[in-house]
Amino acid sequence: MSKFTEDDLKKELETKEYEYGFYTDIESDTFPIGLSEEVVVAISKKKNEPQWMTDWRVDAFRIWSEMEEPEWANVKYSKPDFQAISYYSAPKKADPNKTLDDVDPELLATFEKLGISLDEQKKLSGVAVDVVVDSVSVATTFKKTLNEKGIIFCSISEAIQEHPELVKKYIGSIVPKTDNFYAALNSAVFTDGSFCYIPKGVKCPMELSTYFRINQGGTGQFERTLLVADKGSYVSYLEGCTAPSRDENQLHAAVVELIAMDDAEIKYSTVQNWFPGDKEGKGGVFNFVTKRGLCETNAKISWTQVETGSAVTWKYPSCILKGANSVGEFYSIAVTNNYQQADTGTKMVHLGKNSKSTIISKGISAGKSQNSYRGLVQISPRAENARNFSQCDSLLMGNECGAHTFPYIEAKNKSAIIEHEATTSKIGEDQIFYCNQRGIDTEKAIALIVNGFSKEVLNKLPMEFAVEAQKLLEISLEGSVG
Amino acid sequence: MELKEKLVSSFLAFEAEVDTTNDIHDIRTEAIKSFEKYGFPTKKLEAWKYTSLNSVLKNDFSLFPKKEAVIEFKDVKQYFISDLDSYKIVFIDGVYSSHLSGTTHDKIDVCLMSSALTQDRFKAVIDVYYNKIAKEDGLVSLNTAYAREGAYIYIPKNTAADKPIQIIHFATGLEQASMLQPRNLIVAEDNTEVTIIERHQNLSDKKVFTNSVTEIYTGKNAHVDYYKIQNDTDTATLIDNTFAEQHSNSLCSVHTFAFGGEITRNNLNFFQKGQGIDSILNGVTILEGKAHVDHNTLVEHQQPNCESHQDYKGIFDEKSTGVFNGKIIVDQEAQKTNAFQSNNNILLSDKATVNSKPQLEIFADDVKCSHGCTIGQLDESALFYMRSRGIAPKEAKALLMYAFANNVLETVKVPQLKTRINKIIAKKLGVNLGFDL
Repeated sequence: MSKFTEDDLKKELETKEYEYGFYTDIESDTFPIGLSEEVVVAISKKKNEPQWMTDWRVDAFRIWSEMEEPEWANVKYSKPDFQAISYYSAPKKADPNKTLDDVDPELLATFEKLGISLDEQKKLSGVAVDVVVDSVSVATTFKKTLNEKGIIFCSISEAIQEHPELVKKYIGSIVPKTDNFYAALNSAVFTDGSFCYIPKGVKCPMELSTYFRINQGGTGQFERTLLVADKGSYVSYLEGCTAPSRDENQLHAAVVELIAMDDAEIKYSTVQNWFPGDKEGKGGVFNFVTKRGLCETNAKISWTQVETGSAVTWKYPSCILKGANSVGEFYSIAVTNNYQQADTGTKMVHLGKNSKSTIISKGISAGKSQNSYRGLVQISPRAENARNFSQCDSLLMGNECGAHTFPYIEAKNKSAIIEHEATTSKIGEDQIFYCNQRGIDTEKAIALIVNGFSKEVLNKLPMEFAVEAQKLLEISLEGSVG
Repeated sequence: MELKEKLVSSFLAFEAEVDTTNDIHDIRTEAIKSFEKYGFPTKKLEAWKYTSLNSVLKNDFSLFPKKEAVIEFKDVKQYFISDLDSYKIVFIDGVYSSHLSGTTHDKIDVCLMSSALTQDRFKAVIDVYYNKIAKEDGLVSLNTAYAREGAYIYIPKNTAADKPIQIIHFATGLEQASMLQPRNLIVAEDNTEVTIIERHQNLSDKKVFTNSVTEIYTGKNAHVDYYKIQNDTDTATLIDNTFAEQHSNSLCSVHTFAFGGEITRNNLNFFQKGQGIDSILNGVTILEGKAHVDHNTLVEHQQPNCESHQDYKGIFDEKSTGVFNGKIIVDQEAQKTNAFQSNNNILLSDKATVNSKPQLEIFADDVKCSHGCTIGQLDESALFYMRSRGIAPKEAKALLMYAFANNVLETVKVPQLKTRINKIIAKKLGVNLGFDL
């Protein structure tokens, strides 16, 4: 076997196109570009929303217009022009009373390409999928099975129509309109997203899943997810994201709110593979996401994320550990290659007694990318016996990339125990040599080592996702031998 | 009038008062402009997120001491390490005190900044080294604009300073609130060695605001060992800005012992400009009352094959606050860097606060960098073990605290200084352990 040199790898990487970069030609119902109060009202009207929702949006828009775009993150990008984005893009044939058969066959073919054929998923994996293409939920599967248990799982626009009391009560309660620039923008213009309510004591029998794609050129995607787990319930929620490759940067500003009431448990897993831009750093998605969860007494929220995509990522899934004995977990793998930039991490705010949190973050940087971990662990004076453990490991490949760690640790209670450790290293030549010796080529060896490095997090992913995530890791890092 | 405006408008009066050369005049004028631009830092700045100077800045500080205070050696003897044969440079309210000092020197220069800035024989060194690495920010620029006095230490090539140098600043409280801006320059040329001990002491209960800047150059194979004792009264505020530039195979260590003061802020900045360099930043902080100490460190690795070690231990009681904000930057060229950072804290009271932010910014791949941070309490079982063997609770706690801080304490290379620090700690904890660690 001829030696697979670094140059070969480089060549292969350069010719490697974004696998999911195709564009489905569906007739879209798109708003003209630009943002104003009228557009916000129009979105609300278009979606047939009640007056309180319209007012809420308009209020958010007013707050947003007075806010300034944050600059503290360790990322550099040219700011999106918010007046050059179309804020609403729905596939034309969408119909609230659709069944799977009504869905545009071309769209179905898109999913087929993505490997999430609805039929297949329905039959084989028992996963209920709420698919969002360009902001409007197209098909929600397994609704009936879930209905029997009293679980509500639908698009957020549907929820606004059918369960306004729940939406009204919880929306914006965890991530208020005033929270930050992108959350305010999202509150004003969000077009769709998922809503999920698990009633008291119910264990959701299947993993709930959403697949997001940005399809239309020049559209921003602003989805909103609201997940309420009532007392003693359990749910595992999967979220996957891809976008076709496009030249201009696309904006994605989502808000996710989780509420775990007493004794409830929410497991939220994300595999994010938005288009990262090409090897010149052109194009790619701006991913500015606000994710936050609230834990009441004995509740648990666990965030697991695999971030391989997006040109710029700005994302901090957080837990507010309000109740006694509440538990927050954060497991993350962030991979950056070429010109990607990621500034991601978590916030653990300990308010309740005996609250516990665990943070495991693995950053892998290759090419000319920059990868930052930014996290906050805050122990309030009343959080007796709070416990935190954080570990942030970075792996560097090549000498043009960067790995950064910005942990914030604030302790105001003497009984708190906090540990934080971080390491930075590269893949050892001896490790690769060992693999080569045993007939494993360099690229496979790297995949193997990276998988080992990320294992603690990969283990936390649900089965179907773990396989996909491993594949993603391999694809993202191809040809980045250090 | 706000302090900032007062400082800017008094600048001309200050310049008229000091004897100044053209070069220094230019540096000062630039600096006051820069201060006017940046002003005092606020909590909005990321580096000052956890420390607010507002409570200090509202005082009406007098900028120029009107009279000179005289103090007798017997009154301040306790602040010297008397059993240590050393050079002594002593300042009272920012003015050099010749009768308390002892600077008779041979081969090396142990002089005053006021002489260095005005006399021709120092010009060659001042031109090359003065105000070259101090970065431009509000407080540093303010110091540069108003700097007139401080220690000037020059160690020529292939020389070791024969004894340590003590730099002591006393504030006597002649004014209701006074502001001091000492400026030190330490140049250790190739193949040299020097040990410096610095202390700031407020002798009254009047307000003192010290904004100090120290620039340290370590040439090839030079060893600089710098100790800072910060055990001031609760009316004294100290901003210590230290900048160190290191060249190949040099070792520069700064040990900070922070035991008191209203607000103490240490900005340590290390720049490694050669290979085979080692930088050591150690600190022990033991606080009670409302004291606030903020350690803000930066180590920038610019060249390959260097090391840096940071070890900060903190013990916080009552309503005290500790901040650690450490940053390691590894530049793209700085392969084979080993950089370590550790910050361990013990909280003894529910009102005490620790904010820690250990940061890494790494641009090179073949490096070993790690940081660790812990916050916890004294081990109950260890306390019980000692109590069951007849050791009183206070002593048992003190023993554990000593053990906790020992990693740093044992790096003190001057035995007399080590004894002194142990005594300060023993006094703070109210124990007499009757042994030397």
